[in-house]
Amino acid sequence: MNDKICSAAEAMADVHDGDEVAAHVWGASGTPGYLFRALADRGVKDLTLYCNNFLPSPPGLKELGLPDSSATILLPQLKKVVTAFAGTRAIRGLGQEDFLGDRVKSGQLELESTTHGVFLERLHAGAMGLGGFYSPIGLDTIVEKGKEKKVIDGKEYILERPIRPDVGLVKADKADKLGNLVYRGTARGANPIIAMASKLTIVEVFEIVEVGELDPEMVVTPGIYVDRIVRIPDEDLASTKQKQEILEKVFGDPGIRELVFAAPKGGQE
Amino acid sequence: MKERLSEEVIAMRAAKELKPGDCCNLGIGTPQLCAMHVLQGVRVQTENGALGYGPLVTADDWQQLDTDFIDAGGKFFTAAPGMCFFDMLTSFAMIRSGRLISILGGLQVSEKGDLAIHSMSEADEYPQIGGAMDLAWGSKKLIVAMTHNSRDGKPKIVKKLSMPISAKECVNIIVTDLAVIEVTPEGLLLKEFAPDWTPEEVQSQTEARLIIAADLKEMEL
Repeated sequence: MNDKICSAAEAMADVHDGDEVAAHVWGASGTPGYLFRALADRGVKDLTLYCNNFLPSPPGLKELGLPDSSATILLPQLKKVVTAFAGTRAIRGLGQEDFLGDRVKSGQLELESTTHGVFLERLHAGAMGLGGFYSPIGLDTIVEKGKEKKVIDGKEYILERPIRPDVGLVKADKADKLGNLVYRGTARGANPIIAMASKLTIVEVFEIVEVGELDPEMVVTPGIYVDRIVRIPDEDLASTKQKQEILEKVFGDPGIRELVFAAPKGGQE
Repeated sequence: MKERLSEEVIAMRAAKELKPGDCCNLGIGTPQLCAMHVLQGVRVQTENGALGYGPLVTADDWQQLDTDFIDAGGKFFTAAPGMCFFDMLTSFAMIRSGRLISILGGLQVSEKGDLAIHSMSEADEYPQIGGAMDLAWGSKKLIVAMTHNSRDGKPKIVKKLSMPISAKECVNIIVTDLAVIEVTPEGLLLKEFAPDWTPEEVQSQTEARLIIAADLKEMEL
């Protein structure tokens, strides 16, 4: 019954060159950064990454000596990124050594634009085994580029194809030993649908509990969707035990506080 | 040069469109500022899966911060009674359900209510669409909060979009630093103008033709 629990390195053993990988990327909340680092260590290449956002590490972390756990650390391993939003710093660099724009210009990386809603429904279609679906979002925009269109009941739609990733990297708050998952706050995000759509689902959690300890009414992702469970080690920066310390370190710094809490300005990011 | 309303005041005026009981989504940029001005009883939704949360955490009370309470723009919010969390598939079904009012920023709005929100100036291939196309398509009411003119002074309310379109015929109300304009089947209806401005002066900053509303008035702030 415990055969789903393993180390991050063991969990990555069946990720291969050319695989399609999906992950929820949303800054500090719900992004499987511990698994990103393990995937970077695994070193496989020519991956396609499906991620709702493609974001760099937040400003200031490097200066504090914290390792980068953002999607950008996977860049050398990627041949294609499918995303709804790439952050400006991820595209143009701005202090990052390796960045998206550079790789796109040199032809090393292919980019595909989608919208958040279409991204999610494509995963849903993958989970349901659909051949595709007709979507009204993005007509006459860059989203419809190269796609078949169809008029149904007088309305125009775009054919969108399913996403069925080889590997889903998921973050949850807690798992029981069967892989039943509960989430916390907005860390839920796209994690449940990625778990459902992926052929191999690997989850990182803060805590693993015994079977029977989770309230069945509260389980969001049924354990049948989870193949491997990795507990973030206490000594790692992503663990709950380290989290408070890191928060103090990051937000205790007035300069960084200013960056994080700056009033939102008009514009893209 | 006549003074225009500040970004904060645009947000304040846009927020007045929301009534208690409304559920709304606030886009990145100027619309995010609306959160500070919505009336009690307005419930705010964020794309990554929360509805009805409390005010944003500020720098002074950063110790209250919870990294699992994060909005679409990466800002941290506080809890509130009645708040709920959900996965993003549920969130985008909600966004497309016609049950939410959206406030989005904008680069251009046409006289038919077409919206351009994404800067594609560098190259088409950099994706920065986010959830805006879904919001524009699926909202009960779409309010665009933006400056009346671009940084180089060009009108942003135009006859036809010159920038790449994000969604067709979707905008209902435009709130700018000069005016409040309603998109109607007859055309753009000028409802309110900024203090110290005249309707003629607002028209001179607008490429599309404005119809003067019967109840046209100065903006009440």
